[in-house]
Amino acid sequence: MRTRAEPILEVRGLTRRFGSLIAVSEVSLDLLPGECHALIGPNGAGKSTLIGIIAGELAPEAGAVLLDGEDLGRLGPAARARRGLGRTFQIAELCLDFSVRRNVLLAVQARFAGPFHFLRRAERLAPLAAHVDAALVSAGLIDRAGLPAAMLSHGERRQLELAVVLASRPRVLLLDEPAAGLGPSETEELGNRLAALKGRVAMLLVEHDMDTVFRLADRITVLAEGRVIASGAPEEIRGDRSVREAYLGEMVDA
Amino acid sequence: MPAPRIRLDRVVALVGLGLLVLVPPLLWRLQADYLLPTLTRMLAYGLAAAALDLVLGYGGLVSFGHGAFLGTGAYVAGALLHHAGRGTPVLAWPLTLAGSTEALVILPAAAASAGILAFMVGAVSLRTRGVHFIMITLAFAQMVYFLVLAVPEYGGTDGLMLPLRWSVGGLRLEGDAPRYWFALMLVVLFVFGAQGAMEARYGLALRGARQNERRLQALGYPVYAIRLLAFTVSGAWTGIAGALLADVAMFVSPDLLSWQRSGELIIMVVLGGQGTLIGPVVGAFVLLALEEELSAVTEHWMLVLGPILLLCVLLFRRGIWGQVSRDAHPG
Repeated sequence: MRTRAEPILEVRGLTRRFGSLIAVSEVSLDLLPGECHALIGPNGAGKSTLIGIIAGELAPEAGAVLLDGEDLGRLGPAARARRGLGRTFQIAELCLDFSVRRNVLLAVQARFAGPFHFLRRAERLAPLAAHVDAALVSAGLIDRAGLPAAMLSHGERRQLELAVVLASRPRVLLLDEPAAGLGPSETEELGNRLAALKGRVAMLLVEHDMDTVFRLADRITVLAEGRVIASGAPEEIRGDRSVREAYLGEMVDA
Repeated sequence: MPAPRIRLDRVVALVGLGLLVLVPPLLWRLQADYLLPTLTRMLAYGLAAAALDLVLGYGGLVSFGHGAFLGTGAYVAGALLHHAGRGTPVLAWPLTLAGSTEALVILPAAAASAGILAFMVGAVSLRTRGVHFIMITLAFAQMVYFLVLAVPEYGGTDGLMLPLRWSVGGLRLEGDAPRYWFALMLVVLFVFGAQGAMEARYGLALRGARQNERRLQALGYPVYAIRLLAFTVSGAWTGIAGALLADVAMFVSPDLLSWQRSGELIIMVVLGGQGTLIGPVVGAFVLLALEEELSAVTEHWMLVLGPILLLCVLLFRRGIWGQVSRDAHPG
């Protein structure tokens, strides 16, 4: 059975309203090291708002986000990223004019000594290049390395964004619908990649594709109308009556 | 790695540089050396436009306030030369600051003043985006403009005639050619240095933030600090360009601080090609030459210049230099 490890990410009582709409209401959850915790729920349940708050793009009205026991308070996204929080977005966020290689290089150089170096060509720095090549090979994008990111297909962009985030070596990975817009074979491949990460990176996975969720998740939390309506192991969630009624009903053919 | 090949843009840049170096003796042979101050002025504007390119082309931030930095540099140089001529101190309290005719004092002073101003303007305006950024930089520039007008010592709206010109490292510059070469050297120094920095880790971060700020934030880049540095350095070098203008004209006027000047600098960058550094220098030469030529032909030269600029921007999306350099994308 699972040993009670200290959670690497902890969310306590987060609340956020947009006008009169309560997007997230007193949500608490945690993420253990190396674990994949899936966050599911119908559209508008508040999943993306929650990810936004954890990443520091949105400020909560109440509650706290703790990374490795440290309250992140009002730190912005960049400061959180420097503490080990990496994320992918619903629509892949990349530097489209830069080559695939440069996109990864940006992530690799972010890990070393910061951006305030002015003299040597970034691409000629051998220690960085080695990391970049390794990341490109393992993402299967080494053949595309010289192309501008704008030339990549939708699926390849998602692949690249994941490679970029992984190259920055996050301790916690926030994945906001990584399979959205992917075909069946691409989704399968994404599942393989993420499965290979389990145990090494803690992942908070927001996803609509239930096959991917049940394949990867160690735990699942279900959100509806901004509240946690269930949380537990995948088999518990699959059997939970209220969840089936609120959400899973038609999607899981048992 | 792609095989090394001869790049057209490098060849053109080197040939162009060679020609620029040889301009003074050529003009002398043609008995046209009265043109040298005009060319020095073009170089100074080219330097200012290239400096603006750091912010505009590479940073993606449309600063409508660079006239303030140009004017600050010019007025700092003007004040130092003015007081050196009169033998009065620039500042009597809290510490005495004498005037100077030494370029190695004047240029750092101009750069520091414009740089500090740029740091303060940037610190506020970089918290905004888009149109707000344009308006705030413009507002700051207008403030500086009216501040300078309010100092009667420096001539107000009439401007200030300078009694002296500078010397460099104690050496008196005889005639216009050494001044021209000095300006050219500064332009080359800046363009080379900045091109290097834009390919280094810093440049990738600055350019990355232009393309996708959210991604850079999510990777932990301190985007605000990165942009503030670019803005400060850009302002400092624009100040140096202003000092060059003061020395070559022996005159400074509030016109240098006006928003029209800021607008012209933007036109030079866009016309020459954003994110290329060399392009804005070319743009400065083309724009100023067009202004000179057209204003000699007709007093309604603005009517002619407008459509020409419009055509250039529509036909050459990446500016003049973008036509020479195939892979000149600011990316």
